[in-house]
Amino acid sequence: MISPTFRILEVNLSSGRSAIRSMPGVETCLGGSGLAARLHLDLAKPHLAWDDPAQPLIFAIGPLTGFFPLMSKSVCAFTSPLHSQYAESHAGGRSALALRFTGLDALIVTGRSERPVVLHLGCNVIELLDAGYLWGKDALTTGKLLRSILKGSGHRTIIRIGPAGENKSAMACINVDTYRHFGRLGGGAVMGAKNLKAIAIEGNGSQDLPAGKDYSALYADIFRKLTDTDMMRKYHNLGTASNLEALNELKALPWRNLQATSDPGITGISGQRFADDTLLRNAACSGCPVGCIHIGFVREKFHADNQYLYRQVGYDYEPIFATGSMLGLTKAPEVLTVMDEVEKVGLDVMSAGVALAWATEALEHGLVSVEQTGVGLRFGEVEGYLKAMPMLAGGVNEFWRLLAAGTMAAARHYGGQDFACVLGQEMAGYATGEVFYVAQSLGLRHSHLDTGAYSYDQSNAPKDVTKALEFLLEDERERVVLTSMVACLFARKVYDPDTLRQCLTVLGGREIADGLDKAGSRIQNLRWQARIANGYDPFQVKIPKRFLEVSTWKGQTDPQYLENLRLAYAKAIKEMSGQGN
Amino acid sequence: MKQLVASRMERCIGCHSCSLACARLVHKCLSWENAGIRIQSSGGLSTGFLAKVCLTCDPPPCAAACPTGSLKARKGGGVVQQKKLCIQCGKCAAACPVEAIALDRLGNPYVCIHCGSCVDFCPHDCLEMREVEA
Ligand code: SF4
Ligand code: SF4
Ligand code: SF4
Repeated sequence: MISPTFRILEVNLSSGRSAIRSMPGVETCLGGSGLAARLHLDLAKPHLAWDDPAQPLIFAIGPLTGFFPLMSKSVCAFTSPLHSQYAESHAGGRSALALRFTGLDALIVTGRSERPVVLHLGCNVIELLDAGYLWGKDALTTGKLLRSILKGSGHRTIIRIGPAGENKSAMACINVDTYRHFGRLGGGAVMGAKNLKAIAIEGNGSQDLPAGKDYSALYADIFRKLTDTDMMRKYHNLGTASNLEALNELKALPWRNLQATSDPGITGISGQRFADDTLLRNAACSGCPVGCIHIGFVREKFHADNQYLYRQVGYDYEPIFATGSMLGLTKAPEVLTVMDEVEKVGLDVMSAGVALAWATEALEHGLVSVEQTGVGLRFGEVEGYLKAMPMLAGGVNEFWRLLAAGTMAAARHYGGQDFACVLGQEMAGYATGEVFYVAQSLGLRHSHLDTGAYSYDQSNAPKDVTKALEFLLEDERERVVLTSMVACLFARKVYDPDTLRQCLTVLGGREIADGLDKAGSRIQNLRWQARIANGYDPFQVKIPKRFLEVSTWKGQTDPQYLENLRLAYAKAIKEMSGQGN
Repeated sequence: MKQLVASRMERCIGCHSCSLACARLVHKCLSWENAGIRIQSSGGLSTGFLAKVCLTCDPPPCAAACPTGSLKARKGGGVVQQKKLCIQCGKCAAACPVEAIALDRLGNPYVCIHCGSCVDFCPHDCLEMREVEA
C-alpha cells in the first residue's frame, strides 16, 4: 500500500549513527528520480567538493516498486566526480526489491568512515562491518566473499565497488549483484570516497496488500501483457545486442573511436553471433519476468595440457559497442574477455571503452607516447586493452590518472579534443544524428536513456528544431514519471499514463494518480534545479568535432541544425530550472 | 491429487515471479520470502537457481514435529496448514530436511500447500502441477 510519507534511513559513516525519518511529499515527488532530486537539493552542499564527507549518496525506490512486474529498478543520486554536479544513475538486480522489503523508500549515506566498511542493512539490522580485508579486491570477488560472510538464507542485494571506485575514478561504477550497475557518472568513486566498499541489504520484511481482488487482477493483466505478447520479445530474445546489426546497417554504429559508422566486422559481434556462440543463459532482475540479462561465456586455455578456465560475462548492446566496435574488436569471445576485466576492476564499461578508443587514436597521432601510457594500444588488438583496463582503474601514472578523470580532461591536457567522443560524458553507442548528440550532451544524466533521441533520429523526422525540442521535453517528462515509480524503461509501452494511474489507485494512491501529470512536470523541473544548483550551464556544453564528421544513412551531420537545437535545448533547460529568460 | 513440482529449474532466470505470486495470492502479502516457494541462486548468481519448495514427504516430518496440529499430513504427501493453530515455535522448519519452510520475522511458517497458483506466473515453465496417487 502507498504511504503518504516516505520512510528514509540516513546512515552517517563518520559517526556510525543512523536515523530513520518520515518525510511528506509523495504526491509531489513520487519517489525514485523525484525523491532523489528532492533529497539531493536538500542535503548536498554545492560549495563543497564532490568527495567531501558531507555530500550524500542517495538510493531511492518508488511507490510501485515490487508491487508490479518490471517495477524493479532503483535510482542512485550523488554529486558526480566527473562534473561536480547532480547525477542520477539507475540499476536493477535485487536492489529495488531489497529496499522495498527493508521497508525503506530511500537510503542516504553521508560522512566518511575512517576505515573501509561494509554497510549491512535489513529490517532488523543496521551495522557497519570492518572491510579492510576487502579493500583492493575486485568487484566480483567482493560479491562472492560477502555472500559467504553474510550468512543467512534470505534474499539480499550486494552493491559494491572495485578498485576503480576505491581510486575515486570518475568512471567508476557501482556493481549491483554482479550483472547490473549504477554505471555512469562515477557513483563508484563516491562510495570509494566514503570508504564504503559495499552495501548489503537484506530484504527480510513484507508489505501489506489491499483487500479484495482488484490488485491481483491488475497485476495478472499487466504480467500477461509483458509475457504473452510480443512487446518484450526483443529484450529476452537476442536482447539489446540485436541493435548492433541494425545500427551498423544504418551506418550509425561507432567504430574505432567513431572513425567509421559501419564495418563488415559486425558479423563477429552481432547479437546473433553472441547468442549462437556464447550465450549461456538469461537472468532477470527481481520482479521482472522478462529476463533481459544475457550471460555469455568464454573459455580460456591457461595451460598447454588442456587446462581451461571459463568466464561468465553479462553482455548487452552498450558494453559490446564500447569494448567491441569502438575498439575495433570483432571477435565475440575477445569482447567478453575485455568486459570481464572491466567488470572486475569496477569501471563503467561505456566510459572505459570510449576512453581507451580515444587513447588509441591519441597514440596513433603521437599526442601521447607508449612511454606515457605504459602499454601499446591498437584498434583490433585485444591484449593492449586487457592490460589497460586495470591501469585505467588504478590510475597507475599521470596519463591514466588524467584519463580516469574523464576522456575530455585527458584531451584538454594532451590535445585531441576534436576526436574525444564525449557528449557530456563518454558517448553511448548511437551515432544516429543531431538530436541524439544534443540530447546526450545536454541531458540531465548525459545518458542515452534520458530521452529516446536515438530513435527520434531513426524516425527520419524533418530537421525542425521546434519539433525536435518538443519531443525531447515531452519524452523526458514521460520518462521522469516512469523513473520515479521506478519502472524499468523497457516496460515503457506497457506502463502508459492510464495504466500507471490504475496501479497507483489500486494501492490506495488515488490522489497521487490524479496529480500524476503535474507531478511529472514538477519533477522534471526539480531535477534541473538540482543540476543547476551545482553550477551547470547548458550553454557551455560543446559537441566535439568528430560528431560533425560522422556520416550516417542520412548523410553528414548538419552543423547548423545541431547548433540551433543545442541552443534551443539549453534555453529550455534554463527555463525548466527556473532560471530562464 | 496434484503436487507442485519445480521440474525444470535449469530454465529459471531468478525473477521471483513465483514467490511473489504465492505471497500475493496465497498469503496476501508482498514478499519474496513469505511464500511456499523461494528462489535461491545456487552459489552466486552466476551458476543458476534452485527452488526451495516442499518435496511432499509422505509421511511428512514437519507435521510430525508440529506440536499443535497446525501442519497435518496431506493425502499423497506434503502438508495442509491451519494457520490459526500455529504457535510460531519453528519446529516444522527445523524438521524439514530441505529448508522448504520459511519463517518470517515473527516466526510464522510459510510452506507450499500445492495449490498451483504460482505455476502460471513462471515465464519459463519451470514449474508444473503433477498428478500423484493419493
Ligand atoms: S515441508 Fe519439508 S518436511 Fe514438510 S513435507 Fe514438505 S519437504 Fe517434507
Ligand atoms: S503451489 Fe501454491 S502454495 Fe505452493 S508455492 Fe505455488 S502458490 Fe505457493
Ligand atoms: S517464476 Fe520461474 S523463472 Fe521466475 S524465479 Fe520462479 S521458477 Fe524461476
